[in-house]
Amino acid sequence: MRPSAVRLLNILVPVKRTVDYAVKIRVNPDQKGVDLNVKHSMNPFDEIAVEEAVRLRERLKDEVKSIKVVTIGPTKAAETLRTALAMGADSGIHVEVPDSAPPPEPLGIAKALRAVIQREKEGVDLVILGKQAIDDDASQTGQMLAGLLDWAQATFASKVDVDPKAKTANVTREIDGGLEELKCQLPLVVTTDLRLNEPRYASLPNIMKAKKKPIEKLTPADLKIDLTPLLETVKVTEPPKRKGGGKVESVDELIAKLKEAGITPVKS
Amino acid sequence: MLRVRPALHCRSLLRRYATVSGPHALVFLEHREGVIDSGSLSALTAAQQLGGQVTGIVIGAPDQVKGVVEKAKKLKGLNTVIHSASEQYAHSLPEAVSPLFEKLLGESSPYTHVVSAHSSSAKSILPRVAARLDLPAVSDITSLEHDASSNATTFTRPIYAGNAIATVKAPSSLRLKFFTVRSTAFKAAAADESVQAGEQTVDPVEVPNLPTQHVRTDLTKSDRPELGSASRVVSGGRALKNAETFNSTLEPLADVLGAAIGASRAAVDAGYADNSLQVGQTGKVVAPELYIAIGISGAIQHLAGMKDSKLIVAINKDPEAPIFQVADVGLVADLYQAVPELVEKLKQ
Repeated sequence: MRPSAVRLLNILVPVKRTVDYAVKIRVNPDQKGVDLNVKHSMNPFDEIAVEEAVRLRERLKDEVKSIKVVTIGPTKAAETLRTALAMGADSGIHVEVPDSAPPPEPLGIAKALRAVIQREKEGVDLVILGKQAIDDDASQTGQMLAGLLDWAQATFASKVDVDPKAKTANVTREIDGGLEELKCQLPLVVTTDLRLNEPRYASLPNIMKAKKKPIEKLTPADLKIDLTPLLETVKVTEPPKRKGGGKVESVDELIAKLKEAGITPVKS
Repeated sequence: MLRVRPALHCRSLLRRYATVSGPHALVFLEHREGVIDSGSLSALTAAQQLGGQVTGIVIGAPDQVKGVVEKAKKLKGLNTVIHSASEQYAHSLPEAVSPLFEKLLGESSPYTHVVSAHSSSAKSILPRVAARLDLPAVSDITSLEHDASSNATTFTRPIYAGNAIATVKAPSSLRLKFFTVRSTAFKAAAADESVQAGEQTVDPVEVPNLPTQHVRTDLTKSDRPELGSASRVVSGGRALKNAETFNSTLEPLADVLGAAIGASRAAVDAGYADNSLQVGQTGKVVAPELYIAIGISGAIQHLAGMKDSKLIVAINKDPEAPIFQVADVGLVADLYQAVPELVEKLKQ
């Protein structure tokens, strides 16, 4: 029998549907955005977040009570939830945003996530997010969510050790120039760095099983939140092109080019 | 503030009215071991481009702050340096320093902009503070323009791993405009012995029962220039085979050029190099005078971190490698022959 004093862990993993990382994106001629009629998939850092939640359950067994995934996005973002469910999450929440709506900002998303967390009857002990989405490259949502909730935060995590009984987590973070280890009290917001883990591929039976897992549909109005961006995107343009391709035949020619550019060896 | 001297003639009165508060930036000056981070110096340059007052803020443990404040006061472009010291600020934990920022940036604050480097520490703190104040933030900007008459600021920032550039406007309705600065896009502000900024102490805001404790920091020791600010970078990829050949091949070249060593994600993931050396969308963004890519194919994610380098040199066996599309000087060769030959000939 389990001691009743132990509060079991409920984990929430927000995921985002983004243009697939391998796609070479193209800017639309109207300069309003990029061509989104391309392959999409789960933001790579979010895959790492889902993987970490599933691994935590593999390590902690029954001490992890639930793993919920949530996405705030257009109709098609439901596919991203299914992927997360196939990786091992239990259930999903889809806050559906009209396809025509402008992409919400991290602040709006953080407020939506706060509202989702406040609706959870059993509460949420741990939120694991990706450190950034590879489309807007903002790297803000996790920190904003932690601020709104006034929870502890551990960004850019490369190692997470949770002690559910003590309600603490030791997190190793990647910082400029090295690593830093923190001991954080739960509830906690963690954002994942690349080296936290290697996400698994969903197996076919798990993909089939995921189709039966529940997804709750909500609207921003249900959460009483407004996702209208506060910043105005004036335009999106192509970056200046580099004119590369100048090849040389030998190391001597290479050195001549370096000299031409004024680059000389240092004397030690 | 609103007192108008009768001697003012009409035109200057109008101008004064139009810029009633004028931009006033608060720049977060990060420091390590008594030295102000170069990224913060670039953030200071960006803050000056707003065209108004610039205040720097130094936060840290009592033994850290004093020396840093003295250095900060000598920085060109700073009007005032404010500082706050507390043992709780020793490791810049967001949970510890956020309440101090919230106090400084409350409704009656004189600031219009909050600026920092896009560093791992500031990236953790600024969005938290912005959200507490119910404001959005603009990340990793590469240029800015402030329109004083409308009190709107327009930024450019790379999105999609640098494959597109977004122009983003923070309208006048935003009381405070938070942004982080890509350090390679702005020159570092210089010190000037003849200047002396004003100084102001701010009481720390102690946080009872801080939910996070610092356990330890492990910094990668290196005698080489710091990757993010080096003027020359020699970078290696998966083709370097293992950690030993990575070091034995790149180090002599880095030594002869006085360069920092970088790595592709593939090289880091394979364990050839420490992850603090990673160049790319998810690692460091560099823009040195010279970037030599050795055995790096040139994935989009890597290019995002180095394509603003002045001169890109690529050495790769595969003539079809995408790196050659951005390289100014490309050499199709076996790196194990070409690199030692290059080192030898550079030494002559």
